[in-house]
Amino acid sequence: MSSISEERKKVLLRRYGNQNINSAKNKTAEILRPRGMGPGPRGPKAMQSGKPKNVYAVIRRLLSYIGKDKIKIPFVFICVILSSLAALGGSYLLRPIINNLVYEGKTAEEKLISLILGLLTMAGIYLVGVLCTYLQQRIMVKISQNSLVNIRKELFSKIQKLPIKFHDTHTHGEIMSRFTNDLDSVGQMLNNSLPQIFSGIMTLIGTVILMFVTNWILALVLILTIPILIYAGSTIGKKSRKYYKEQQQALGAVNGYIEENISGLKVVKVFCHEETAVEEFSFLSDFLRSKQLKAQFFGGIMGPVMGNLSQIIYALIATVGGILCLVANFDIGGLAIFTNYARQFARPISELSMQMNTIFAALAGAERVFEIIDEQSERKDPNNAVEICAKTNIKKEAKLVKGEVVLKNVTFGYTSDSIVLKNINVVAKPGQKIAFVGSTGAGKTTITNLINRFYEIQKGEILIDGINIKNIKKDSLRSNIAMVLQDTHLFSGTVKENIRYGRLDATDEEVIEAAKIANAHSFIERLPNGYDTVLEGDGANLSQGQRQLLNIARAAISKAPILILDEATSSVDTRTEKHIQEGLEKLMQDRTTFVIAHRLSTVRNSDLIIVLEQGEIIEQGNHKELLDMKGRYYQLYTGAVELD
Amino acid sequence: MKQYLKYAKPYLHAFIIGPILIIIESIGEVIMPLLLSHIIDYGVNYNKSVSYIILVGIAMVFTAICMLAGGVGGAYFAIKASSGFANDLRKDLFKKIQNFSFSNIDQYSTGSLITRLTNDVTMIQNMLQMMLRMALRAPSMFIGAIIMAFILNWKLALVIMTIIPFLVLAIYLIIKIGFPRFTAMQKKLDALNTVTQENLTNIRVVKSFVREKYEESKFKKANIELKDKTLHAMKVVIFTLPVITLAMNITTLAVVWFGGRQVIIGSMTAGVLTAFVNYVVRILMALMMMSMVILNSSRALASLKRINEVFNTEIDLSDKTASRKDKIIQQGKVEFKNVYFKYYKNNKKWVLENINLVINPGEVVGIIGSTGSGKSSLIQLIPRLYDVDKGEVLVDDINVKEYSLKNLRDGVGIVLQKNVLFSGTIKENIKWGNENADDNTVYKFAEYAQAHGFVSSFKHGYETELGQGGVNVSGGQKQRLSIARTILKRPKILILDDSTSAVDTATERKIRENLRTELKDMTKIIIAQRISSVIDADKIVVIDDGKIVGLGKHSELINSCETYKEIYYSQMDKEVTA
Repeated sequence: MSSISEERKKVLLRRYGNQNINSAKNKTAEILRPRGMGPGPRGPKAMQSGKPKNVYAVIRRLLSYIGKDKIKIPFVFICVILSSLAALGGSYLLRPIINNLVYEGKTAEEKLISLILGLLTMAGIYLVGVLCTYLQQRIMVKISQNSLVNIRKELFSKIQKLPIKFHDTHTHGEIMSRFTNDLDSVGQMLNNSLPQIFSGIMTLIGTVILMFVTNWILALVLILTIPILIYAGSTIGKKSRKYYKEQQQALGAVNGYIEENISGLKVVKVFCHEETAVEEFSFLSDFLRSKQLKAQFFGGIMGPVMGNLSQIIYALIATVGGILCLVANFDIGGLAIFTNYARQFARPISELSMQMNTIFAALAGAERVFEIIDEQSERKDPNNAVEICAKTNIKKEAKLVKGEVVLKNVTFGYTSDSIVLKNINVVAKPGQKIAFVGSTGAGKTTITNLINRFYEIQKGEILIDGINIKNIKKDSLRSNIAMVLQDTHLFSGTVKENIRYGRLDATDEEVIEAAKIANAHSFIERLPNGYDTVLEGDGANLSQGQRQLLNIARAAISKAPILILDEATSSVDTRTEKHIQEGLEKLMQDRTTFVIAHRLSTVRNSDLIIVLEQGEIIEQGNHKELLDMKGRYYQLYTGAVELD
Repeated sequence: MKQYLKYAKPYLHAFIIGPILIIIESIGEVIMPLLLSHIIDYGVNYNKSVSYIILVGIAMVFTAICMLAGGVGGAYFAIKASSGFANDLRKDLFKKIQNFSFSNIDQYSTGSLITRLTNDVTMIQNMLQMMLRMALRAPSMFIGAIIMAFILNWKLALVIMTIIPFLVLAIYLIIKIGFPRFTAMQKKLDALNTVTQENLTNIRVVKSFVREKYEESKFKKANIELKDKTLHAMKVVIFTLPVITLAMNITTLAVVWFGGRQVIIGSMTAGVLTAFVNYVVRILMALMMMSMVILNSSRALASLKRINEVFNTEIDLSDKTASRKDKIIQQGKVEFKNVYFKYYKNNKKWVLENINLVINPGEVVGIIGSTGSGKSSLIQLIPRLYDVDKGEVLVDDINVKEYSLKNLRDGVGIVLQKNVLFSGTIKENIKWGNENADDNTVYKFAEYAQAHGFVSSFKHGYETELGQGGVNVSGGQKQRLSIARTILKRPKILILDDSTSAVDTATERKIRENLRTELKDMTKIIIAQRISSVIDADKIVVIDDGKIVGLGKHSELINSCETYKEIYYSQMDKEVTA
């Protein structure tokens, strides 16, 4: 098993132990970095849990989500106080009851009556306690669920408003974990931790008071033992946190290795690498186990140590109390309840120290959620922004546009220090087909993303029918530009719903018509339930080509005068492409179309072909003109130069 | 279940010592109130002896120390046992998955295999630990306390016994009613996650169609539904604590009532009554712990079931019965004889039907056909990634089933459509093909695959670290590295499954050129979308709908094969060949 070298072991731990959380960020750094520069530095690993930076600000903000439920909070507190008091009071009542039983100056009948009275009082107190416990939980569950709904809602609608740039720099997994893990822990905290901490503190204070009331000497003895409890608790807690961190790192390494191995399992098998993989995994797994032993040991002995320390205190109190009964006339009932206090004393202390961890984790989670909510939204429309519409979809108060698109001296970079597009000038007349050609990273997709204002340009202007797009309402701008993207994403739902996504008020007839334009009608008809066939998770039950056809239908129904096709056919084979192409041709009629394609064959019949190189236009013209120029396009077309 | 015993075996001592220590702790828990009652009854009430009290006190402290040792030791052994068990289980599971055949892998989604190896194993580990610590402690405390109660005063013990069934019933009802509600809640949670996930993946679509409001209303619906179902479930769960408290209270009242009367008439002491009240608390606590264990283990059982599925997956492809295990591939001849193949046994339609094909050593063979026609399926039969259903595949005139998998796959290099690079440097990745290759050989083969140029342009060259899945190279670069990795193996048969789709025509041509001149003897099988990629092959195989519909050189096929003509013209009227 130990055929891996020590050096290799170190490499494994470094590689897989550090990259789990940060790989997401690395990915984006890659997207934004110009190519050919090699990989970027690995940032330090950010712990997912950990402490929030500003505890009070986060708490204050969390409270704001409780909203109108706030008035219920005092009620919750009253319930917590009452139930803690009831628990304390109930146990304290045992004292007079027991004393009454052993009191020698009373007749049996008198004792019985006192017993009944005592029990009735106890029953009353218990009842109040149980009711309060139930009410408190009932109200708190409602409050926490309502606030969770509010936070989730705000987080989701914020994500809708964030610029595309945000989505470029955050992986889906990262954002999903805000919705799941982080909000989960916030819910946990609201539901359990807060009431528990409050009741823990109440019980602790109440117990101390009652102890002094019962017998101050014993109370002092007990108080003297508190430092021991706190010392034990904090030492174990500290160790446990330290080893927990190491354990998480080792776990990260194991999970990282698993993820990579399973995702690439077929390659592993083709290279007969299974044995090496098993050996390396064994090492990582054993390493995790060694860390786990320590971390879980210190985490696991908190309960027994604290619990049994209080058993020792219990013994101490019983002894001292017993002696006090003899020499200082201490009552037996008092002794009985005091020993109970002694035994329960450590519980709130260890509970508090456990809950603190949960609370800090939850607050840190809440803080991460708030960070997203605080992100800068897309720029708001200026007050004088206009609406636009096409002649197929005339709207009152909207300016009618034909679909002329002009880019004037456009310069743009994703970050201020790296320029992706330099001084771009393009004129697209209504109904024309404009194609962009160039290597990956030359800036083709970027241009189309600027037209629908996914990103804001730094210099220059983009005009639609002479109106600067910054002065057009963003929603109106985008609804007048239909896009078909390379990644064919659909939503769970029926085929019909997916097509209708392009225009929500479209009738069934219009849906079918759009499907016909896209050449999708015939295959849809053949689906088990036709247009009402439910597509599972991103249309997994359709082929790539069929999904793309649905995408085209979705764009077709939108009536937008401007159309953007970004590598719409690059992932399908040439025969399927031909099929899709027919649909696209119909779609492009009467629309100003921007086409991005890897295969030059698809752009040949464009009115204007623009060749981009490192963010600059180096050639433009139609197919024939460009070939005659014998420049870059000619080279590309004849396969003389590399394009990747 | 039996199969899991072997994971427990190495830690058997821990599995036994742990619970014993924990039982010691719970016995102490039972003895302590008894000792207290002795202090009260004998020390204070009858003997009035300080030394007796101190004696009993020392006994109590001693018991508590034993309990402390028991508790800590029990925790230690429980953790030792559970983490050891989980570690071995995890390693075995990993090993099992490494032995999966391709069709085994196809059965599971990547995500589900990962969850099984990570979450599910952890879940079992946690359950085991809890079982070792709680499962014995709660019942032993429960039984111990009840026995003590009977010894102290059987009449009073009966009072406790009558209340327990009601409590058990109440907890049972809570679980029974609560469980389906939790399942319903989980479903709504999944629904909410789906809406979110889809929204994130499709955010560009959402934005370009201005559907933010629509998405928000979709989310709002899922959000509210989740809240409703959660409240519905929680309403039941929050009864647990009040119900248990109530039961405890009622029992205490009843004990004090019946016990109190006995004390009054003198048939019972106050100390015993105090002890009794203590036992009531312990018995009910034990019950609560047991219900927790039951609730949690039902979740772990689901995990166990999922892990079992993996262990019980029959590996349908191995070289156990191979008769020529020592044989290595020397020439590189491939022959398909009446081959039939399909991925799922219950599918009616064959993916490949009656394939007959001979590829001679050193030949370059192109395979052309539309998506889904069966090209990849065909070549995957050569290195036995899948087994044929009928007929046979021969390499060097020996059935592939007779080779050891290692020798077969060493001799047949395949570059898959879906390329994966691994964390590590570029050099390490290329050396997957041959661990012992020296640097110069690595550079040379990288050059053949047209990767040397771009690798050298990186700041750290071949030492450049690739992130998980090779995130920092482009698709075309990834393909070229994958080719370098495979040819470094110097296989006798090289299969490229559409491995240059993201590489431009010129570079692709150079790679083909290098393969032809530098790796002459290698049999090359190339699947391609573009006819230009295979136009000068010795043989072109045209596949349509699982059948070979054309075989020959370009010049022959262009006249004889309809499908080939169709593909050719679909590309030619737009694309110029070099």
